[in-house]
Amino acid sequence: MAYSDKVLDHYQNPRNVGALDKNDPNVGTGVVGAPECGDVMKLQIRVDDSGKIVDAKFKTYGCGSAIASSSLATEWLKGTSVDAAEQIKNTQIVEELSLPPVKIHCSVLAEDAIKAAIEDWRQKRAARTDGAEVKA
Amino acid sequence: MKTPIYLDYSATTPCDPRVVQHMLPFFTEAFGNAASRSHAFGWTAEAAVEEARSQVAQLLGAHQKEILWTSGSTEANNLAIKGVAAMYRQKGNHLITAVTEHKAVLDPMKYLETQGYEVTFLPVDGKGHVDLAQLAAAITDRTILVSLMAANNEVGTLHPLAEIGALCKQKGTLFHTDATQAAGKITLDVEAQHVDLLSLSAHKMYGPKGVGCLYVRRKNPRVRLTSQMDGGGHERGMRSGTLNVTGIVGMGEAARLCRTEMATEMARVSALRDRLERRLLAALPDAVQNGDPKNRLPHLANVSFPYVEGESLIMGIKELAVSSGSACTSASLEPSYVLKSLGLGDELAHSSIRFSLGRFTTEQEVDFAADRVITEVKRLREMSPLWEMVQEGVDLSKVKWTAH
Repeated sequence: MAYSDKVLDHYQNPRNVGALDKNDPNVGTGVVGAPECGDVMKLQIRVDDSGKIVDAKFKTYGCGSAIASSSLATEWLKGTSVDAAEQIKNTQIVEELSLPPVKIHCSVLAEDAIKAAIEDWRQKRAARTDGAEVKA
Repeated sequence: MKTPIYLDYSATTPCDPRVVQHMLPFFTEAFGNAASRSHAFGWTAEAAVEEARSQVAQLLGAHQKEILWTSGSTEANNLAIKGVAAMYRQKGNHLITAVTEHKAVLDPMKYLETQGYEVTFLPVDGKGHVDLAQLAAAITDRTILVSLMAANNEVGTLHPLAEIGALCKQKGTLFHTDATQAAGKITLDVEAQHVDLLSLSAHKMYGPKGVGCLYVRRKNPRVRLTSQMDGGGHERGMRSGTLNVTGIVGMGEAARLCRTEMATEMARVSALRDRLERRLLAALPDAVQNGDPKNRLPHLANVSFPYVEGESLIMGIKELAVSSGSACTSASLEPSYVLKSLGLGDELAHSSIRFSLGRFTTEQEVDFAADRVITEVKRLREMSPLWEMVQEGVDLSKVKWTAH
């Protein structure tokens, strides 16, 4: 299979590989996929008080396109707002990386991972603010 | 050392230069049709074809009249299976094979199922072996053919041909073996192993592509086939079509080289294979060898590298030409049916690599390959959430995944 230059670049020089402390209240973690399907993505974001994503990390088990999709996602996430991040669509990833049809599921997985990380962060924040509201 | 390094000899082999030298005159001055009986061009071609037939027969311990030329193993398997099924329809309609066979055996069998035949697909154990007691129990008086490969193309597991052959003989059913992967690697002897039909392909044994043969036993019993292609009645009426003289000459020389050089060549190649496998397994925790560690092809190693995915690994070791059990490289997303039949989970099947070494593989290449694989698996593991979880002590089988 021929990979686009951008996929090869992300595969060879993946951006933001690593892990954030998943117990940190400002960190949202999304893990999507399954080993038997051949791909698992873990995507993490750190969000500041203004709702801006200040850091993003990923680890991916999967093909080159899956690694590239998640690497690209972390690049797009860093410095953007949670609200804007939620608008990221898999088709944008497909376009940016020139993914062929059989690899579209990699971009879908990346979108799912972004949504799962944001959801995790939201739940953590809600748990905190719920507590605060009870007191007030 | 030139890259990429070819470690996919089970997919195909280069022609040995000695084979090519042998073939060359038959493209130009000796171009005759082996079926032309009326002039020297035809006689020269026929003599060359018969010499090649004799060489291939010697590799199998057969008589040269028992060799039928085909376009390769796929055709030989089709002819053996469909040809026996049609010829022996009065005797019975039952055939037996195993789930790990090549598609060129499984698909003709599945076709026969649509034509009123019954096929038993035997399961295999974790090493890729069929249970001989189960095979014996499956054979009935309606069974006309047992087809079990000599060596598996993905993991290299060797079936005990002599035992299977003896069992078939005792039960009075014909035994076909697809020996495509085994020829030139292990000893084949159609008498000692009681084989009635045997398929070969030249391009897996340093001959050219597009030529192969089917061994068809002539005595005890005399095996008869219904031809699957009609025409000029070539090859004793069992396979019509003008003979591919250049290809056949190449296959003959390839067979001669395999026969005369197998012992020394396989000692050298298996030592290299062992060296490669030892280094990989020693350097990478949890890496596993798939198939039977003992009864297997001497030149092949199938290894799974858990926590990394096969296609990304292949992408990372692009200096190496190898095959992956991951089907991500094809249009379907299903991993290898052979590895799954051995009981491997999808995850291990996805992360498997088949290394197959050959006549032109050097120690330097093997060491380079081991270094590259070890480096790349380590890099991908650092990037793998599965590896991270395992390091944290998580049992991956207990994780609730979001399958998609």
